Amino acid sequence: MGAFSGLSDKLSHIFSKLRDKGKLTELEVKQAMREVRVALLEADVNFSVVKQFVNNVTEKAVGEDILKGLNPTQQVIKLVNDELVAIMGTNHSKIEISDKPPTIILMCGLQGSGKTTMCGKLAVMLRKQGKNPLLVACDIYRPAAIKQLQVVGKNANVPVFEMGQIDPQKIVKGALKEAEKNQNDIVIVDTAGRLHIDDELMNEIEGLKKTFKPSEVLLVVDSMTGQDAVNVAQKFNEVMDVTGVVLTKLDGDTRGGAALSIRAVTGKPIKFCGTGEKLSDIEIFYPDRMASRILGMGDVLTLIEKAQNAYSEEEAKEMQKKFKENSFTLEDYLVQFEKMKSMGNIQQMIGMIPGLSGKLKGQDLDIDEKKVAQTKAIILSMTPRERQNPDIIKSSQKRRIAAGSGTSIQDVNALLKQFAQTKDMMSKMNNMGKRGMRLPF
Amino acid sequence: MGIFSKIAQGLRKTKESLSKKFYALFVARELDDEFYDELEEALITSDLGVEASEQILEEFKQACYEKRVKKAEDAKDLLREIMIDSINYEIEPYSYPLVILVAGVNGVGKTTAIGKLAKYFTNQGKSVVLAAADTFRAAASEQLEVWANRSKVRIIKHEEGSDPAAVVFDALSSAKAKNTDVVLIDTAGRLQNKKNLMNELSKINKVVERECPNADYRTYIVLDATTGQNAVAQVEAFDEIIDIDGIILNKLDGTAKGGVVFAISVEREMPIVFVGVGEGVDDLLEFNAEDFITELF
Repeated sequence: MGAFSGLSDKLSHIFSKLRDKGKLTELEVKQAMREVRVALLEADVNFSVVKQFVNNVTEKAVGEDILKGLNPTQQVIKLVNDELVAIMGTNHSKIEISDKPPTIILMCGLQGSGKTTMCGKLAVMLRKQGKNPLLVACDIYRPAAIKQLQVVGKNANVPVFEMGQIDPQKIVKGALKEAEKNQNDIVIVDTAGRLHIDDELMNEIEGLKKTFKPSEVLLVVDSMTGQDAVNVAQKFNEVMDVTGVVLTKLDGDTRGGAALSIRAVTGKPIKFCGTGEKLSDIEIFYPDRMASRILGMGDVLTLIEKAQNAYSEEEAKEMQKKFKENSFTLEDYLVQFEKMKSMGNIQQMIGMIPGLSGKLKGQDLDIDEKKVAQTKAIILSMTPRERQNPDIIKSSQKRRIAAGSGTSIQDVNALLKQFAQTKDMMSKMNNMGKRGMRLPF
Repeated sequence: MGIFSKIAQGLRKTKESLSKKFYALFVARELDDEFYDELEEALITSDLGVEASEQILEEFKQACYEKRVKKAEDAKDLLREIMIDSINYEIEPYSYPLVILVAGVNGVGKTTAIGKLAKYFTNQGKSVVLAAADTFRAAASEQLEVWANRSKVRIIKHEEGSDPAAVVFDALSSAKAKNTDVVLIDTAGRLQNKKNLMNELSKINKVVERECPNADYRTYIVLDATTGQNAVAQVEAFDEIIDIDGIILNKLDGTAKGGVVFAISVEREMPIVFVGVGEGVDDLLEFNAEDFITELF
């Protein structure tokens, strides 16, 4: 694996080396911390933040407690984890709702951080919570930015207020009237991307905050941001006194060290994460889960929550049984495929399962919508008997299935192969479960 | 205004933040461990990453030893040369007809870069057509259209959600029919780990290779100077799919240093061709390693 694999893999690697040895010496702790330092720096955690982190953990680890502990390795992992959680904060946060509606949410951030898309995601999330949001287009500079928000609004099924490229103060004022008229209880203000060192534009957005006193000022930050994240966050926080941070593009392969840095310098909570291209791809940020994810412990909790949303308890029990017995059929596969769709990207899910992310990396696990439809067509073109027992599908059946589903024999073969792989993967997961790792199904 | 002063102007803010670190280092002091630690910090906080920083440090130490340099104030030029060398590549001049495919992750400034490239080529008297092959992001083609109007060039666009490869095909056909010198292809932002989107990019690439076998064809990746070490993974992944010819380093007008280009250089030879230093139509400059480093110091 290259030098730029995730922080999670790095630390797993370091600790797997520690695990091989029975006891931890002071020297080993320091060695491990040297690698933790490199891993954190490569994950783009800010230099000073790393320094402080490493000093704190080393101080705690190199002491009697750790050396006398029954399981020194676990204690080191715990210490590193505790310290990560301490930096990233201990509570997750929700949108602060104003006593006097409408609640105003003001978005800010650099160019290209993903503000407009995040506005749409927040609107969708709040709508699901029974709110009635209004989106307001205040990016009066970037070409077609207003149009972009309009399209996002249309996809989110949320109204968009715009007055063209005029003073944002007037736009927000107009939007508040509109919100009152239409009983929108939430007003989400999209603003232009701006450099934290652009005084003119920083004054403009500071003015919006002063005039309209939003309940939330959310700083949107690209999770791929490097060392400069501290400067950006510091300056925006200084001017805007932000209420929270939103981390975007977390579905990339970045480990998002910026999250640590931003928390450390602003002390403000990271509230939400953007995790995909779709408007439903928004998650609450849980510092403790992020920490365990960074540590390679896997984000089991998030996985459970996602699975719970998509499955009923009965379905889950049934599934668990089939997992255990490995009696999983193509019919179940079809159901799974559709569930997965509602749960999000399968690769993302796999990444959350402890121990699996490294093993399955690079395998073809992507799901796109077209493929889901195709898979569905193929499985539905099989007889019930074939679905129960794919081994009986020979070439003449394959021809029939391909013709019936409007696909090719290669497509049918590919699906059967993928199904076999999935079954194989499940038996692996099952075995891991037997070794004492709890699976969230 | 000459290119030189324009770079100086664009990079001024970058310089202010970074140069403080470097200037403060190269004063009358010994080249001791403390100095090297501080230099390492300056390099890492400029996003060079651990590996590239160590590599540059080692080379620098060696050079100081060989030249018997003992004082930091005398060592500045040695570091400068090492840093220039590590990102200085020969760039082949363009020939026409020319096709440039611009790719990258979301939000790095691809469309803006295309808009500025259109101006860059029309300034040289070339005819230009833009291909709005970002059919995914809301209002992306409208955004490109504004840029097309600014430079008074043609644009080929389809409906949102349509096949980007078809847009490219149409743009290339149109360019051939009208003897257009330059085709600039804007693509949707895609994270490099999204396999289906990367496949789509590969398809666009094949259309160009098939339709214009005799054109000068360049593929550029746009990087955000604010991005950290993930930029290395971005270059690797896009290079694998469409064989990247060069980097457009955007958003150098912020406080970020774009130091990750040094980390990229450790991994592969990848010239930086342009730098973006603002949102104006002229804020795209040809990259020059010496100017770049001069401004950094």
